[in-house]
Amino acid sequence: MARIIVDVMPKPEILDPQGKAVHGALPRLGFEGVTDVRQGKRFELEVASADAATLAEVEQIAGTLLSNPVIEDFTVRVEG
Amino acid sequence: MRIGVVTFPGSLDDRDALRAVRLAGGEGVSLWHGDHDLKDVDAVILPGGFSYGDYLRCGAIARFAPVMTEVVAAAQGGMPVLGICNGFQILCESHLLPGALIRNDHRTFICRDQVLEVENADTAWTRAYSAGQHITIPLKNGEGGFVADAATLDRLEGEGQVVFRYVGGNPNGSLRDIAGITNERGNVVGLMPHPEHAVEDLCGPGTDGLGFFVSAVQAFTAA
Repeated sequence: MARIIVDVMPKPEILDPQGKAVHGALPRLGFEGVTDVRQGKRFELEVASADAATLAEVEQIAGTLLSNPVIEDFTVRVEG
Repeated sequence: MRIGVVTFPGSLDDRDALRAVRLAGGEGVSLWHGDHDLKDVDAVILPGGFSYGDYLRCGAIARFAPVMTEVVAAAQGGMPVLGICNGFQILCESHLLPGALIRNDHRTFICRDQVLEVENADTAWTRAYSAGQHITIPLKNGEGGFVADAATLDRLEGEGQVVFRYVGGNPNGSLRDIAGITNERGNVVGLMPHPEHAVEDLCGPGTDGLGFFVSAVQAFTAA
């Protein structure tokens, strides 16, 4: 068994209201040093083996369902 | 004139859309997300709501519902398709319309009567209006910010594919105040505000929304 991690982040030029909300809450908690927050999603996919064919399939999954290429970027990596 | 309205798990406004079709003189036909069947309808409406709980992204899972195979094929073949709110999000996720909808810039849900300017009165869903006309229909969304890259926005504006713009203040951060767009052919239209909630004087801000459904019905009765 292997675990493949897909990270999805809003594109840099796309407004991220959720990240802004988190960032806005930090000073209220006394944390002053953070200049920006961007919020994304992490997917953990369990697969039988992280071979090249499986990774290619996960790339396809990430590009069609897990992310929307209009507004998001993604990365695929094998954990471990 | 048979107009189908798709019900997804989490659709809210399918009943109102069916009622609007009836008030416009059409026959409303319920379509089910799990069926590969459009029941011989002449047009399709994807209604508002929270299909699949808005999980992952709004419209992202509905896009892969069985009925969408037929909806996408029919839309590409020229069938009139209207996406309202969540339906607009589904059309963008399906790549039937360009761009995407993201969370409102002010991060809060907004519900109000919204003035729109009709910019394109030549689509399958806006022929009952005239270009430049102002209409007032309800707007209610949390993720209604329309975004696309600058080249896409320029193309939409240059080709007359911006169908509606917000008037009197941008309610959700949509780029260039865009409230609704159409595809190149003009048969697929998506918008965030809700015309189906403005079809009777008793409820809502008036009957300005009825023209969407009258447009589609008349296109077929005239043909």
